[in-house]
Amino acid sequence: MAKSAKPSDAGMPPELNARLTELQAQSRSPRREEVAEVVGEMLQSLEGDLSEINLKVYAELEGLAKYILAAKREIAALRPDDITSEHLPKATDELDAIVGSTEEATNGILQAMELLEGLTAQMPAEVAEQVTNAVTQVYESCNFQDITGQRITKVVKTLKHIEDRVEALVAAFGDEIQKYREMHPSEQQPQKGADEKLLNGPQLPDEAGKQADIDALLASFD
Amino acid sequence: MSVDMNMNILIVDDYKTMLRIIRNLLKQLGFNNVDEATDGSMALQKLRDKDYGLVISDWNMEPMTGIQLLREVRADSKLKNLPFIMITAESKTENVVAAKEAGVNNYIVKPFNAATLKTKLSSVLGNF
Repeated sequence: MAKSAKPSDAGMPPELNARLTELQAQSRSPRREEVAEVVGEMLQSLEGDLSEINLKVYAELEGLAKYILAAKREIAALRPDDITSEHLPKATDELDAIVGSTEEATNGILQAMELLEGLTAQMPAEVAEQVTNAVTQVYESCNFQDITGQRITKVVKTLKHIEDRVEALVAAFGDEIQKYREMHPSEQQPQKGADEKLLNGPQLPDEAGKQADIDALLASFD
Repeated sequence: MSVDMNMNILIVDDYKTMLRIIRNLLKQLGFNNVDEATDGSMALQKLRDKDYGLVISDWNMEPMTGIQLLREVRADSKLKNLPFIMITAESKTENVVAAKEAGVNNYIVKPFNAATLKTKLSSVLGNF
């Protein structure tokens, strides 16, 4: 059934709308002359005075719109939501783990040095002095833990700052990123090979398998 | 006047390993009465509860920083003359100037060595 020709149909004049409806009802591809006729009618229906300057401005705006659209697609393809939900928190956790493990190692070194220093009373004076000097050097070198800890804290703060900015970007995009994801399912995370999937690096302390668990797993194969 | 090697010294740092290092180095130098605090507010409480002859404090701590602790100490009529050494990774000129203006007695930049610690202690307390 043909649609009624009223101005509310995309703001088209009734005559033009009727002509388009007629062509649509003929269930065949329109001839070139018919298309030219409709386009001509459309151009005639345009209101206002389109000067050359206006057309240039429209062309610039159209170019700008296309550029923005392309930039948005590229940004959406970067999966900024993954950056805030996965990559940055993971990086922060890894850095925290570095601080924790270096602190633990440093404490272990200090404990051993304190034990050694305690034994100097039982050593000949000359040897005791040499051992004390060596222990002092170790104490001095253990300064690194504090310095690296502070540096890593600075990096974590920087990452948090980036995370906040990316979150703002994701919020500005609204559901556009999700739409892009749905339209481009093939661009999901690249598939890893079987061996590559096994390259996870050191696990975070809470996630790391305990030796006893691994031994039990190995034993289960026997 | 000789240095009282039995004086109480308060060391303040939010890194436990650093507290341990400073404590061990002080012990090597002959100072055995060393207490610890992990931020300025804890340190201030200890300073008000017990007599100390020296404070060695880090700068960057939460909630109360080393510079805030220093200002509190200098503003306290009972503590205002307490020797105070800042030991920190904050090495910018503006930091040193701010600490000096707040009344710090000396300033050690991390990472430091035992010789520097001894020199600074001698400078503040006198030779020992």
